[in-house]
Amino acid sequence: MTATADAPATARPEIGASRRRKEDQRLLTGRTRWTDNIQLPGMLHVAMVRSPFAHARITNIDTSAAKSAPNVVSVFTGAEVAEEQGTLITAWPVTPEQNTPNHPPIAVDRVAFAGEVVAVVVARSAAEARDAAELVEVDYDELPAVLDLKEAAKDEVLAHPDLGTNKSAFWQLDSAGQGSGGAVDEAIAEARSNGIVIEREYRQQRLVPAFMEPRSVVCDPTGEQITLWTSSQVPHIVRFALAATTGVPESKIRVIAPDVGGGFGGKLQTTPEEWITFLAGRRLGRPVKYTETRSESLMAGHHGRDQWQKLTLAATKEGRVTGLKVDLLADLGSYAAIVGGGVPVLGAWMFNAIYKFDSYQFNVTNLYTNKTWVDAYRGAGRPEATYAIERLMDELAAELGKDPLEVREMNWIKHEEFPFTTVAGMTYDSGNYEAATARAKEMFGYDELKAEQQRRRESNDGIQLGIGVSTFTEMCGLAPSRILGQLNYAAGGWEHADIRMLATGKVEVITGVSPHGQGHETAWSQIVADRLGVPFEDVEVLHGDTQISHRGLDTYGSRSLVVGGEAVVRAADKVIEKARTVAAHMLESSEDDLEFANGRFGVRGTEQGVTIQEVAMASFHAHDLPEGAEPSIDASATFDPDNF
Amino acid sequence: MIPAQFDYVAPATVEEALSALAEAGDEAKVLAGGQSLLPVLRMRLNAPSMVIDLSKIESLRGVRDEGDELAIGAMTTYQTLLDDASVREHLLLLTKATETIADPQIRHRGTVGGALAHADPAGDLGAAALALDASFVVTGSSGSRTVPASEFFSGLFETAIGEDELLTEIRFPKHTGWGAHYEKFVRVSHQWSIVAVAATVKADGGTIQEARIGLTNMGDRPLRATGVEQALVGQPATEDAVRAAAETAAEGTNPPSDLNGDADYRRSIVPVLTRRAVLAAAGA
Amino acid sequence: MTRISVNVDGSSYTDEVEPRMLLVHYLRERLGKVGTVVGCDTSNCGACTVHLDGRSVKSCNVLAVQADGHEVKTIEGLADGDELHPVQKAFRECHALQCGYCTPGMIMQAVDLLQEKPDPSEEEIRHGLEGNLCRCTGYHNIVRAVQMAAGQEVTDVPTFEGSAS
Ligand SMILES: Cc1cc2nc3c(=O)[nH]c(=O)nc-3n(C[C@H](O)[C@H](O)[C@H](O)COP(=O)(O)OP(=O)(O)OC[C@H]3O[C@@H](n4cnc5c(N)ncnc54)[C@H](O)[C@@H]3O)c2cc1C
Ligand code: FES
Ligand code: FES
Repeated sequence: MTATADAPATARPEIGASRRRKEDQRLLTGRTRWTDNIQLPGMLHVAMVRSPFAHARITNIDTSAAKSAPNVVSVFTGAEVAEEQGTLITAWPVTPEQNTPNHPPIAVDRVAFAGEVVAVVVARSAAEARDAAELVEVDYDELPAVLDLKEAAKDEVLAHPDLGTNKSAFWQLDSAGQGSGGAVDEAIAEARSNGIVIEREYRQQRLVPAFMEPRSVVCDPTGEQITLWTSSQVPHIVRFALAATTGVPESKIRVIAPDVGGGFGGKLQTTPEEWITFLAGRRLGRPVKYTETRSESLMAGHHGRDQWQKLTLAATKEGRVTGLKVDLLADLGSYAAIVGGGVPVLGAWMFNAIYKFDSYQFNVTNLYTNKTWVDAYRGAGRPEATYAIERLMDELAAELGKDPLEVREMNWIKHEEFPFTTVAGMTYDSGNYEAATARAKEMFGYDELKAEQQRRRESNDGIQLGIGVSTFTEMCGLAPSRILGQLNYAAGGWEHADIRMLATGKVEVITGVSPHGQGHETAWSQIVADRLGVPFEDVEVLHGDTQISHRGLDTYGSRSLVVGGEAVVRAADKVIEKARTVAAHMLESSEDDLEFANGRFGVRGTEQGVTIQEVAMASFHAHDLPEGAEPSIDASATFDPDNF
Repeated sequence: MIPAQFDYVAPATVEEALSALAEAGDEAKVLAGGQSLLPVLRMRLNAPSMVIDLSKIESLRGVRDEGDELAIGAMTTYQTLLDDASVREHLLLLTKATETIADPQIRHRGTVGGALAHADPAGDLGAAALALDASFVVTGSSGSRTVPASEFFSGLFETAIGEDELLTEIRFPKHTGWGAHYEKFVRVSHQWSIVAVAATVKADGGTIQEARIGLTNMGDRPLRATGVEQALVGQPATEDAVRAAAETAAEGTNPPSDLNGDADYRRSIVPVLTRRAVLAAAGA
Repeated sequence: MTRISVNVDGSSYTDEVEPRMLLVHYLRERLGKVGTVVGCDTSNCGACTVHLDGRSVKSCNVLAVQADGHEVKTIEGLADGDELHPVQKAFRECHALQCGYCTPGMIMQAVDLLQEKPDPSEEEIRHGLEGNLCRCTGYHNIVRAVQMAAGQEVTDVPTFEGSAS
């Protein structure tokens, strides 16, 4: 985080205090606002017909029986809405040459994974929609499917025959090439003749994010505007992408993420189901709802991880790492998801972790298969890297017969070396791994456990003791925007906040991030309470509705606090500055003589003062404001970090 | 998540239920606790046109002491069984196996009859019923017949209950004073048995006099490890003796291969589980 | 359509329902009791847990017609007016929820557990909640909350200052 001016001292800082969460009352009593709770007059329900095949040509779809089923309002196929359905976008083509399959929300003539939507039924009730969906008859010609990553790399069976290859993109970071280190092949050659080389291949298995609340979308086309409620981490991105691909002006679309039951990356997608529900609502001019079943969620919601990691580590005989070469095969699944291609790339800066290597090369080949698409999941590319390098460190220690922590310490950045630019080219501003490790060892009783382990080994005890250690560092809060641009990422990395000072002294904080369990309402209240010196209870945090929070880039990549929280701090500081002018006028003093502490502007050396809440009232009635001051002390800030 | 349409009746007597069954034929499904049937209907793996709910038939509920036997009504819930002191006293194995089934919510609804009629090879009650020599009272329009446990399970999800019949009662000979243990092997809590062993043992001063052993998920139906039972007779309840006797536990089994383990894996762990179950049952 | 009468959270309702309607859908869609939620298709997750005649059940695994003539209690009927139930309070005190989606089911099951075992051991708590999945918390603080609700001493959770409404 970038340094900001010191916070005003408060009697008892909110930050660091343990607070009961503001969001809990409604969650504990069931007075919640999940998307699936929404019922609107005349609302219709959507059911999807999904492909049972991983790869098949659609030869015919007969919807006649479904259309005549009771209370069915509409049935449509991809071919029938080909013109209006738009296409799903990927926000991160990792190279300009990336091969990207066209991705219509409803398959038109071919399906590329089991679970892909082939037809849509809209009926009066969810039950009737499901009944009619069973009546849709789809004829498929099954095509050979490529399901295995290494098979996909051979390009024999193609996930998308029209692309002519399974390869999406190849992306490289080379320390010699970018000048952040030496040539890795030389380091490996040197180690082969005069050091240690460790070659390993690790599997990062595919997994499912599995948020507890199944995804749900409600579309309400009222008047000129279309409102979409969606169980999403990224309402702003959904709005932008809908506008960009459907031709509906962004200003006519309002996206709301109400209470959202977990995401874990799984809800940062812009989904076919959102597009389809939006389309159904627009076509029919009536509110429609789609709520997935868990089975659908597991099949069609994006998956995570799925890589083969080939690694070559070069070290001196003493164990100092001289080079690391990483070759990844990454499965994107059937389509390039919103940031799917970029997820493995994020590992590029993390394989070197907290260590100093002389040389480094990272290569990733992104491949398509006929499986569910893959995108961000908890840490997105970075834990995969940690897993690999930390296992390699253990392997190196085993090879040397040394303590795994000793080998790590030999290689990590020493505290006096910060700020430090890594072999991957990233600057770490601060750190003290020695102190943190010493503390962890003490808390863990590392030396005692080591001794016990030794005893058990020697006595051949029936129960043996294993001790695992890992270090972890993460770049969080994908930013700055400038670097994201260089990486071909379509969006920025900034975040926005507004603070509204209400006449009665209450404070509304509007944040562009979109919580789904993190407790931002509580944390942001603490930040603002400290900064403005107002009671925690007087702060209300609003989020997740593009009509209220008009600017934002949402919640993913551990960005909410470090980027969104800082935007809140900056907005608060602007409020204080605006209030200072009014306060000076109210106190008939000069701004320079005012001190702001604990929510009060005091005239230095006197008892005189006025609270920021009184200033809010004064700005509201605006009867007596300084020359040129606007009658508002509200403020906004957009923050773009200058480093990862 | 929403079942297909069906008609629903909730008869008050077994006779009414049987005539509803006769009328609807194989289009009907009997509903007991619903803990297996409703998931099947929700996933639309089955779509009966008629569901006959047995929950209003009071005569099918409860545990009766009939001298040498306990008679358990088909609609008796797992929870009732667990709360029943006479079951714990005379059929400890049944209590132990039931404790491992699913979770409290499901045990509040699921029934003994439903579980046994469902005949899932991974279900936990079948092996216990087999080990305890239960007999099954099956009732049709022409009256009731009693089927021994050894003939009740006839295949994967298949039993001796005819299409127009109901399972009405399960009778268990008392095993008063027998020790019991149900050794269920799962990877996570709240999972169906990968393999489980039901053991009940009559021991005297550290010597095993008699043993009954049932195996869960070692074939398309619950199985009995008679070879092990015989080998245990007269043996001391010691680690070594029981290990030796349990070695043949996989004989005659035909376990499935699935994501939780292949057939060989199951065969290799069943002697271990058998040893543990027998030792625990013998109180050793 | 079948006519049913069900008492839910202290009020009696009479309705015509399709026999196939699940109790959870009846609660959510007919009665607007949206506090009870659906998390799965297989009755594994426990998010839909309510009490039927005083015992916990998964309301996705009960037909509305089966509740005819019975009493249902949901998360929305647990508090006494503004006064939270002790289990609700303990969940708040112990930070036993994050997104809160599993919370209604978790609380209803915890209440059932404490009815049966007023002073449960940690193992009994973990077993008693094995039919309820939580994706966010890792269960630790949920277990602590149940211990707190049982009146046991709980040491390793943060203590809160002040109150949030
Ligand atoms: C999440 C979950 C976890 C589970 N875990 C386990 C577990 O670990 N171990 C285990 O053993 N079980 C487990 N079960 C299954 C549970 O035990 C079921 O309750 C049981 O298998 C069926 O009993 P029921 O009364 O619910 O029967 P139902 O579901 O009502 O009926 C099951 C079948 O039996 C038929 N039937 C029912 N009663 C009769 C009768 N009297 N005469 C003729 N046919 C009848 C029905 O038509 C149906 O086909 C689990 C279930 C769930 C949902
Ligand atoms: S929704 Fe009922 S158990 Fe998951
Ligand atoms: S709090 Fe999110 S699932 Fe439990």
